[in-house]
Amino acid sequence: MTFLIQQTLIYAVPLMIVALAGVFAERSGIINLALEGIMIFGAFAGVLFVRLMQQAGFYVDAKAAGDWVALQGFMILAMVVAAVLGAIFSLLLSFASVNLKADQTIGGTALNLLAPALVLFFIRIVANQNTLQMAEGDAASYFMIKKSFFGYGRSEEMGFFGSTFIDKTYLATYICIILFVILSILLYKTRFGLRLRSCGENPQAADSLGINVYKMRYAGTTISGALAGMGGFVYALTTANCASTGEVAGFGFLALAVMIFGNWKPLNIAGAALLFGLFKCIAASYTSIDINGDGVFMLAEIGVSPHLYRMLPYLITLIVLAFTSKKSRAPKAEGIPYDKGQR
Amino acid sequence: MKERGSTLLQKEGTKSVLASLIAILIGLAVGAIIILIVGIFNPSLGIKGALEGVQLVFGGLFSTGRSAAGALTFGFNSTNMGNMLFRATPLILTGLSVAVAFKTGLFNIGAPGQYLMGTAATLILALSIPTSVVPAPLVWVIAFVGGCLAGAIWGCIPGLVKAFLNINEVLACIMTNWIAANLVTWLFDNGSLFANLQNHVENTKTAYIYKTSFNGVQTAKLGLDKIFPGSQVNGGIVVAIIIAILIFILMTKTTLGYQLKACGANRHAARYAGIADKRNIVLSMAIAGALSGAAASLYYLSGNTEFYWTSAYQSLPAIGFNGIPVALLAASHPIGVIFAGCFMSMLDIVGLQLTNLTAYNEYITDVIIAIIVYLSAFSLVIRMLISGHKKRKNAKVQTVAATTEPLPADTPPGTPPDTPPDSAAVEEGGGEA
Repeated sequence: MTFLIQQTLIYAVPLMIVALAGVFAERSGIINLALEGIMIFGAFAGVLFVRLMQQAGFYVDAKAAGDWVALQGFMILAMVVAAVLGAIFSLLLSFASVNLKADQTIGGTALNLLAPALVLFFIRIVANQNTLQMAEGDAASYFMIKKSFFGYGRSEEMGFFGSTFIDKTYLATYICIILFVILSILLYKTRFGLRLRSCGENPQAADSLGINVYKMRYAGTTISGALAGMGGFVYALTTANCASTGEVAGFGFLALAVMIFGNWKPLNIAGAALLFGLFKCIAASYTSIDINGDGVFMLAEIGVSPHLYRMLPYLITLIVLAFTSKKSRAPKAEGIPYDKGQR
Repeated sequence: MKERGSTLLQKEGTKSVLASLIAILIGLAVGAIIILIVGIFNPSLGIKGALEGVQLVFGGLFSTGRSAAGALTFGFNSTNMGNMLFRATPLILTGLSVAVAFKTGLFNIGAPGQYLMGTAATLILALSIPTSVVPAPLVWVIAFVGGCLAGAIWGCIPGLVKAFLNINEVLACIMTNWIAANLVTWLFDNGSLFANLQNHVENTKTAYIYKTSFNGVQTAKLGLDKIFPGSQVNGGIVVAIIIAILIFILMTKTTLGYQLKACGANRHAARYAGIADKRNIVLSMAIAGALSGAAASLYYLSGNTEFYWTSAYQSLPAIGFNGIPVALLAASHPIGVIFAGCFMSMLDIVGLQLTNLTAYNEYITDVIIAIIVYLSAFSLVIRMLISGHKKRKNAKVQTVAATTEPLPADTPPGTPPDTPPDSAAVEEGGGEA
């Protein structure tokens, strides 16, 4: 059970935060199809930062002394770098779709093509192979929270809560959850959030009330880029051992699906992300899931092909959408370039 | 293109072509700049390596390797030319697939999935039907049609859910892509239905399917191998061009084509005019799927290509996605797709030459493609700039248009890339970054 919850969270949290990234862009009226590309770019930026800092000799002392507070700070710094570079990368999309009134779907597709190509090009040059890894050590030894930090011995138990939510988890997961809550409040309970959402529903009306639609759309897409970049790094950190390979296994697109499934509302998105995290987790590790703890690996013993489990998240998305899509309501003005002269 | 076509139409056409050429030129220039910057800051490459890289980006198609002195040599290279046509075959068809959907107002990002389903159906049919009973050419036809049908069925799914359940087709396409990836792996994996098609003759290989030539089925060469000796080219390119012309006729000369385009222009207006919009959306996606399936069929029926998969599918076939830039570059025009497809495969060859001859890698050509797609997103703006230039004789735009005239592919072999477009682009690239 502990394993199942931890694994589900690892898959669900990047989905959740990137889906929220999609919400910020679409609520401001820009379709952000580039989530996948920005994730890839953010993952690369974060991993490269970690690698360069390690090579420069920072944090070697902290690692040797076991100073886990400093190491967690190092990880947060890498998250910030990924977010900033993700935001900068997303400016390409906002420039094309806000200033040049380009087709947002094509612009997003271009970014999706550009990110893996650029990233692989530089990974080959930097690392002379197709994967960019940490310079030394692995993600778990550097950034994972362990019970020993809190004075627990090797054989001591932390209790169900402790062993599930503290031992062997990443702080990044909880930072993302906190950010998710804060940003949801920002979107729904503040003046800025109301203005942002109005630009995605009726930009002409918003403009007539003195709101700068272009600025709001830039803001929405930039926040979206920052969140997606950070989500990409968190994905690489927690599931790919802090390595960048020029892909995030379709997570950006899956986040887009989660966003539509969640009807562009944060609470629904959190639920949808948990559901897909669960299915992803089952697909990835169905052989070692022991649901009720009796030592019987039920899912492995049914004898269904592993390919079916891998197909399941996508199949379920399609089926669930088939039932819910009639009710789904996208922001009215999304995808339409705002033109001041238009009525 | 047509004598009786109005001058306005011709102008629109030339504008589209010009916009695409500008996009290509800027894309190549940005690629060259990245190569230069990386070369200057990377001591192992140096300026000399960087300049060689730039030379290859513009003239890689005509590269003939290195001379004894270590300098790059250029000239007519029949292997590169033939391989360009060979690689263009599936690109033209996936490009058509995306273009047809675009004309109906749909974004077919599902080409990779349709391509995979076409691959599976083609391979299963071509390898399972014994050529001792059925003549090989007939098996070829059956496998080709089977591939198209499998693609069409897979394309129908996003079309159906879009038309009847109002699910965003982009989303449905992405989901069907990954479902197809896992389904195809499942079909060929150990212990599955078609595991007997795995290549066990060459036992150094795992997770490979037999080439179709193992069963004696392969596309006729049609004499093209005589023109381009040493390359993989075959009759598939002829089939692809014929299909492109057929699609052109379908879209411009038939009622169905008119209805599809009407749905793309305004779905509600089309329905008001009595056009069955839902039926047309499904039909458009089915045609798109069939074209992607045909791409896979022609690629694998060539007889010297192998299908490879890994037990956990992590990535989708790039040929499917590359149909999107092809269609965008051609502005969804079926005849334009032929040339755009050839251009994209030329970039592929350039990437190979870069990997083989310099310390750079093939991903720079993907960067160039991405930049071209990005620029074609606002081709409308570029077109407006062009028409503005014609009216106002804007000096700045004039220089941009002037630099487009020498097409990089047409530059005579051996000549170093022209400096004027390069230096002009340095400024533009600087502005963008």
